[in-house]
Amino acid sequence: MIMNSLYYQKKLSRNVGDKFFTSLSVFCALIAILPLIFVVTYILIKGGAQITPELFTLEPNPPGDDLDAGGINPALIGTLVITTIASIISIPVGVGGGIYLAEYSNGGPFSKFIRFGVNVLAGVPSIIAGVFIYALIVSTKILFGSMYSGLAGGMALSILMLPTVIKTTDEGLKLVPNELRYASLGIGASMYTTILKITLPTAFRSIATGVVLGIARAAGETAPLIFTALFSYYYIVGFEDLFYEMGSLAVLIYNFALEPYDAQNKLAWAASFILVISILTVNIFSRILAAFTEKTKRV
Amino acid sequence: MINNTKKSQKKNILSLEDVSISYGTFEAVKNVFLNFKAGDITSLIGPSGCGKSTVLRALNRMNDLIPNCSLKGTVLFDGTNIYDKRVDPVEVRRRIGMVFQQPNPFPKSIYENIAFGARINGFTGDMDQLVESSLRKAAVWSECKDKLNDSGYSLSGGQQQRLCIARTIAIEPEIILMDEPCSALDPISTLKIEETMHELKKNYTIIIVTHNMQQALRVSDMTAFFNAVEYEDGDGGKVGYLAEFNSTKKIFNSPKEKTTQEYISGKFG
Repeated sequence: MIMNSLYYQKKLSRNVGDKFFTSLSVFCALIAILPLIFVVTYILIKGGAQITPELFTLEPNPPGDDLDAGGINPALIGTLVITTIASIISIPVGVGGGIYLAEYSNGGPFSKFIRFGVNVLAGVPSIIAGVFIYALIVSTKILFGSMYSGLAGGMALSILMLPTVIKTTDEGLKLVPNELRYASLGIGASMYTTILKITLPTAFRSIATGVVLGIARAAGETAPLIFTALFSYYYIVGFEDLFYEMGSLAVLIYNFALEPYDAQNKLAWAASFILVISILTVNIFSRILAAFTEKTKRV
Repeated sequence: MINNTKKSQKKNILSLEDVSISYGTFEAVKNVFLNFKAGDITSLIGPSGCGKSTVLRALNRMNDLIPNCSLKGTVLFDGTNIYDKRVDPVEVRRRIGMVFQQPNPFPKSIYENIAFGARINGFTGDMDQLVESSLRKAAVWSECKDKLNDSGYSLSGGQQQRLCIARTIAIEPEIILMDEPCSALDPISTLKIEETMHELKKNYTIIIVTHNMQQALRVSDMTAFFNAVEYEDGDGGKVGYLAEFNSTKKIFNSPKEKTTQEYISGKFG
């Protein structure tokens, strides 16, 4: 039997193959993040240059008024309002549904059906959510006779947020050790006290992380808003504005990026910049939240 | 055959009558008749898989939380079959508290760990007083008194377990069930918990599952020895049964059953 040297030999075919595949996968990984880097830098450069204080305070001017495009205040506030409405609808429903799945259901056909449905809903293209709300709310004028409205927009986005919220609640609660539930039930706490006082607070951070990611996803959606909230050039001043067309950053980008006028295009870039920065911030925030969760779990 | 008649002056607080418990189609333990006397410490011993923990969890309906677990027979507590359809398991668990194998304090402060159970049970008295007396009874007051607002996790394993005992005492149960409370602890913590149990005996009935025969000998008045036999049809599965129940002294000094003798002398287990 020939004894090979124990030293690493570069020319050995297995070592050559190993090197090759390592470099190949590193190369692919780099290509995979290139789009992210390009998109973000391009938007930061193009949009960052357009940022002025007036941007945040002015209404956009109608296209054609080439010299001055105005600001994006209504769209910025609109995005905030619409995502808030979406959160108000989807967080209670989603957390409640997640609690049912994780705490009450016993893995029977009903909970299997709900889990399946949630997964399907998560894969539904966002435009479908928009068309659905359009058919249900907008075209029927069911909301006090108003058609396109910020409220309808929020509803459309809540449909998109719902699966994320349900799933993260379900998974967050499953991570809570059963011993804690037993401890609480073992001293005579009812199921609902246990969930409210012990299980939910323990899972709070992981649920919050998921909810924040859901909000970030919804905030950037365009398609469902085109059918529901449409767009508005005017300031949001009061509660009744909820029942009228409402602007949003995403739809502003969609509208103004296609205008032939330079001023409007620049406004679209500025809006892109703000949207990307806020979504990035929210994502990083949720990462920090998640990291914090990990730390507390190891106690 | 199994019932002990000698100490009959003490009241039966909890009785199992022909109890069989199954997980799905698998029968874990069958045909158990057992009477627990008020004010006694009763230990349940036996080899792994003999169903002693299963029986313990059946006593305050913790088995309800395990899917597919079902019980046949009657568990009489205070004259009521706790498996009656009209019985509220939450009420049962308020009167029969449980301490678990792994210390499992809530992720709250030491104070809140105690106050939580009392509060949900409608306690309206002086909470500070209750927290102190519960911690004292569980012999963990001296370690906790300066850090009541620290997390329960800041305590050592043995202290956490005594905190869990204090938490159970705080709801003033009639019976305390302990499922191998010392198996995750070092000998010194174990000794402290045993001392605690001797203290608690004055006010509570305690039923303890233990793997440690010396512990059973040290703490308990009565001992139930569970064993497991292979099914008659012989597919390798085992079913637990109550082999012998008597005063601890008799079980360890003059057991009637051969298997008991073999188990306590360490021949199997």
